[in-house]
Amino acid sequence: MYRILKKRQLAESVFEYVFDAPYVAGRAKPGQFVILIVDEQGERVPFTICDYDRKAGSVTILVQSVGFSTKCLSRLQEGDSVFAFVGPLGNPTDLNAYRRVCLIGGGIGAAVIYPQAKHLKSRGAEVDVILGARDASLIMYESEFRNHADHVYVMTDNGSAGEQGFVTNKLLQLLESEHYDCVFAVGPMPMMKAVVNLTRPMGIPTIVSLNAIMVDGTGMCGCCRVKVGGATRYACVDGPEFDGFEVDFDEAINRLNMYKSINEENTHKCKIR
Amino acid sequence: MNKNPRNHPVEQDPAVRRNNFEEVCQGFTHEAMLAEADRCLHCKAAPCRKGCPVGVDIPGFIDLLKKEDMQGAIDTIKRYNALPAVCGRVCPQEVQCEKYCVRQKSGGAVAIGLLERYAADYALQNNRVPQQKPPVLPYKVAIAGSGPSSLACAGELARKGVQVTIFEAFHKAGGVLVYGIPEFRLPKRLVEAEIDQLKELGVEIKTNVVIGKSLLIEELLAEYDAVFIGSGAGLPSFMGLPGEGLNGVYSANEYLTRINLMKAYRDDYATPIKRADRVVVVGAGNVAMDAARTALRMGSKEVFIVYRRAREDVPARYEEVEHAEQEGVKMHFLSSPVAIFGEKQVEGIRCIRTEIDSVDENGRRTIREIEGSEFDLPCDLVIMAIGTSPNPLIKNATEGLKTTPKGTIVIDEDHMTSLDRVYAGGDAVTGAATVILAMGAGKKAAQTILNKFGLNQ
Repeated sequence: MYRILKKRQLAESVFEYVFDAPYVAGRAKPGQFVILIVDEQGERVPFTICDYDRKAGSVTILVQSVGFSTKCLSRLQEGDSVFAFVGPLGNPTDLNAYRRVCLIGGGIGAAVIYPQAKHLKSRGAEVDVILGARDASLIMYESEFRNHADHVYVMTDNGSAGEQGFVTNKLLQLLESEHYDCVFAVGPMPMMKAVVNLTRPMGIPTIVSLNAIMVDGTGMCGCCRVKVGGATRYACVDGPEFDGFEVDFDEAINRLNMYKSINEENTHKCKIR
Repeated sequence: MNKNPRNHPVEQDPAVRRNNFEEVCQGFTHEAMLAEADRCLHCKAAPCRKGCPVGVDIPGFIDLLKKEDMQGAIDTIKRYNALPAVCGRVCPQEVQCEKYCVRQKSGGAVAIGLLERYAADYALQNNRVPQQKPPVLPYKVAIAGSGPSSLACAGELARKGVQVTIFEAFHKAGGVLVYGIPEFRLPKRLVEAEIDQLKELGVEIKTNVVIGKSLLIEELLAEYDAVFIGSGAGLPSFMGLPGEGLNGVYSANEYLTRINLMKAYRDDYATPIKRADRVVVVGAGNVAMDAARTALRMGSKEVFIVYRRAREDVPARYEEVEHAEQEGVKMHFLSSPVAIFGEKQVEGIRCIRTEIDSVDENGRRTIREIEGSEFDLPCDLVIMAIGTSPNPLIKNATEGLKTTPKGTIVIDEDHMTSLDRVYAGGDAVTGAATVILAMGAGKKAAQTILNKFGLNQ
C-alpha cells in the first residue's frame, strides 16, 4: 500500500497528492509517469510525475477528478493509502539541446512543464510560459512559474484570469517577435494538435506529451499505441513525449474516447467513501 | 491393441462452458486417476522423463499415485517442478513426456499431465503436510519478473536455502500465468496457491517494482550475489494494416490482461472492456485460441479466427483448437487480413484468400495471396494475436547486456548473460514460447547459480 502524505485542493476538481513511494522517488525524472491503482478492484491509470523528493521518498502528482478512478481517488484523505503506485515509467523529458524555449501548459498540463521550467532556468536557458485553462480556478502554479520563467502568460476561455483566448492565440502573437528553438506543449490532445498546426508551418521543433490510455505501462499490452511518423509506437516505452509534427492526433484523440460511454456507466462500486 | 485405452477427464459441456469462466477440464475422478495410473508400465528407461523440460520422475510419482500415497506423489513431483498444478494444465504434454510414452500405440499415451494435475490439486485441497523450510544460507539472489521461468528458478534456489527476492512490475505475481492464460484454462486461485507455497519456502515477492525503471540491474548486483532476468516476452506485434488504430482493435495481450489480471469480466472490478457481438481474432497460436474463447465468454455471438495458413499449420495445441471449435469458434484458414475498416470504431476486416505456395528452407510452408479474392468479415472487435517482440526496458537500462538484433537476451549454455553474475531465461531469451520451456530454463539457470555457490551436490 502507498500512503498519501499530503493532499491539497487546487481547484474544484483538481487535487495535488504527495505519495510515499520510495522506489519511484529514487529514480524519478521530470517527464516520467506512474501507474496508480486506487483499490484492489481498481483500474490501472497513468499520471505524470510533477515533483519528487528523493530524501523523503515521496512523489507528487496532480489529478483532475473527471473519470471513475480519479473521482475514487479524490475521496481519499491524507493518511489513506492506494493499492498500487508504480514507476517511474516512460522516458524523461530532454530539452537540453534548446536555449530559447516556450513551454505551454493546458489545464493540469502545467504540472508537467513546471519541472522543465525549473530545470531550463537553472542551466541558463530563456523560458517563456503560456498557461491556459477554461477559467481562473484551473490555472495551476502561476506564482511558482513566475520564479522560474522570463515571462508567464495566462490565457482563459472566459477571461477570468490573464487574457481571454486560447494558448494558441498567445503563441501566435509571441511568434511575431520571438524566435523559439523549441516549443514544449502539454495538455488536452486538441490543444496540442492546435499548437502543432501553428508551429509546423514555421518549422519550430515541437514536443508533445501524450496521455494515452494504458494498462501495464511497461510495454506489454500495446494499449497506448500511437501512430507517429506513420509507425506504431508505444507511449509507455517509446514516449510519453514525441515529435509533435509526426503524431497522428486524430487517431490519438479517437483512441482516448474508447471507453467514454463505458466509463460513464461503470457499475463497479468504489468502496472508498 | 486398443484394450485398456486412455481414460478421459471430466469436461464441462461446450454449450454451457462457452458462457462461463469456470474451468473447462475438471480433471480425473479418483477412480479414473487410479485406472490411468495403472496403465503406466514403469519402463526402466523411463523415456517419458527425457521429454520433460524439468525432468520430473514420472514413473516414480505415478507409482505412488497407484498406491494412493498422495503426499508421496506430490513430494516427488515437487522435487523437480515448483508449479505442478499449473504444468498439469498448460504443458503441451503431447509433444513432451507423453510423446515418448511406450503406450502411445496401445490405447494411447498415459495421461501424465492429468495425473500430475490430480496429485497437485489433491495436495492443494487437502492440507498437505507443510514443506520443510530449509536452513537459510548466506546467499542472495534477485529475480526480475515473476512468470514461469522466474518462479521455477526461485523454487529451485529456495529449496536449497538461498534467499530469493522476486521483483514484479504488476501488482500481482505470476506473469503470463495471471495476465495471459484465462481463468477457464488455469484458475488463478491455483496459481496463487502454488506461489504461496514458494513464499512458504522463504521466497520474497516485491510487486510494483519495475526492473530497468524503479531499480536497475547494477543496483541489484550491489546487493545480491546473482540476478536472474525472467522478464518475459514483450511488446505485442501488429501487422501495420490500415485501420489498426481504430477503436475496437486490441492486441491479444491487452484483451487478455484486461480480462484475466484486471478482471474486466466481473462487475465488481473497474477496468473497462469493449463487448462485441462479432469478433475476429487474427492468428492461430495458443494465445489466439485463448482470446477467441474468452470473447465467447464475454458474450460475443460469433467469434472467428483468421489465419493465413492451413489447418495443419496451426501452431496452437490440438486440444486448444478442438476446444475452441467445440465452443463455436469458426475458423477461416488460408485467409490473410489486408485492412481493418470503420469510421472511428471497427466495422469489419478485409481479408484475402491465400494458397500454399512452397516449402521454405525451415520446412515451413509459404503462402501466396490469390489475386482478386478479397472478402469482408463484418465485426466490431479485432484482436491481433500474431506474437510479440522482447520487452526493451531492461535491455535499454543495462549497459553491457548483450542482446540479439531482435532484442532477446544472449546467454551461454549455462544461462549466463554477457554480464558477470547475471543470468536469464524464458521468453526474454527465446521469444514467445511455452510455460514449461520457460520453467526448464529458470531451473537450469538456478542450477548454474547453485554451482557457483558450491551448493549443487
